[in-house]
Amino acid sequence: MNTEAIKDLLYKMADDALVIGHRNSEWTGIGPMLEEDLAFSSMAQDKVGHSQALYQIIHTVFGEREPDVLAFQRSEKEFKCCQLVELPIGEYDFSLIRHFLFDHAEALRYEMLTTSTLMPLAQLAKKVRGEIKYHVMHADTFLKQLANGSEESKARMQASLNYAMPYALGIFEKSAFEDTLIGEGVFGGEEKLQHLWLEKVTGIVTTAGLQMPQVDEAKIIYGGRKGFHSEYLKSLLDEMTEVTRIDPSAEW
Amino acid sequence: MQTAIKHITDTDIWVALESVKDPEIPVISVVEMGIVTKVASGESQVASGQSSRYARVTMTPTFVGCPAIGVMKKDIYDAVKKLGFEEVEVTVDMDTAWSSDRMTPEAKSKLEKFGIAPPAVMDSDLTEEMLDKVRCPHCHSTDTTLRSAFGSTLCRAIRFCFSCKQGFEQFKPL
Ligand SMILES: [Zn+2]
Repeated sequence: MNTEAIKDLLYKMADDALVIGHRNSEWTGIGPMLEEDLAFSSMAQDKVGHSQALYQIIHTVFGEREPDVLAFQRSEKEFKCCQLVELPIGEYDFSLIRHFLFDHAEALRYEMLTTSTLMPLAQLAKKVRGEIKYHVMHADTFLKQLANGSEESKARMQASLNYAMPYALGIFEKSAFEDTLIGEGVFGGEEKLQHLWLEKVTGIVTTAGLQMPQVDEAKIIYGGRKGFHSEYLKSLLDEMTEVTRIDPSAEW
Repeated sequence: MQTAIKHITDTDIWVALESVKDPEIPVISVVEMGIVTKVASGESQVASGQSSRYARVTMTPTFVGCPAIGVMKKDIYDAVKKLGFEEVEVTVDMDTAWSSDRMTPEAKSKLEKFGIAPPAVMDSDLTEEMLDKVRCPHCHSTDTTLRSAFGSTLCRAIRFCFSCKQGFEQFKPL
């Protein structure tokens, strides 16, 4: 198996989960209502757990450093997350749209990975897809609710969707290893995933009465997978490292 | 002279593990929860004809990010060590994926008595029906609704009962 190709896949998934997990956790205590507070902090805890399990595979299978070192001691350039997950939480409607777009991609990605030839990844995928179903269900419920709320809430959802879409498409930025991963049966590839995702997301968005934004290829925000990030990642990583610096035994 | 020691079997380990409770649901053991997936024990030869007895316990997380895993791992280690093994190893892996279907019927009835609605059987993928018609642990009415899929811990959802007008928690089917 091609080690570099697999590590690249694992890193981008782990980094996505870690960063979105930390962003979601920022809603703790400030959510629009108590139930949403709990939802975002539970989802954050799930995501950070998933990232840790992925770093664990990188550590045990490929002999890289310990999971918490991989999470907190790599530089910004070494991070492979997409820029969508880096963006600040913004208003609630943006966070919700991001959660909707990201989690559908994640649900489908794990679904594809349940048949991966990389056994520990297939095992994790079978486990995680059950957890992510709850995340997706949550996103869908609130998307429908807010899109069918007042004129204002509908307009805000649409605006957030328009803003987030070029970033969301960046989730599927291809790596240099697509053919290798597909060939070795590790992962079905970003192109296939994007296709499945577009179909799924378009259906839900349209049913909710919103417009699916059309994005030119040139406007898609790529770069994250290759270590080029938005201005927001650096400060987020610093904050995360700060917590471990203060208390090296800080629980996840 | 060797001291005669009672032979400790795998059954003894399973029995000892019955005393280790899930910290989030203190009436249910890690065995009833289906968290322990494998138990093995035996003797390994160490220097000069002496032997050392070892026990290995494998466990699987309920939710991958469950913060109680560390506590359970330590409690399992302590309970098995007390049996008199020289060497105890507790491993967490996902070779056997945890599903709420791994909970024993006893665990599910204890859960309900504890005030948490037990998870529906997951013989297929999660469906909306599994989150519908869940029985209220207080009044046993099924006239209840899902308020939020996320509750006080990762494994719980929040529901409301129209019959007794109380909120309650449900263990999520997974
Ligand atoms: Zn009731």
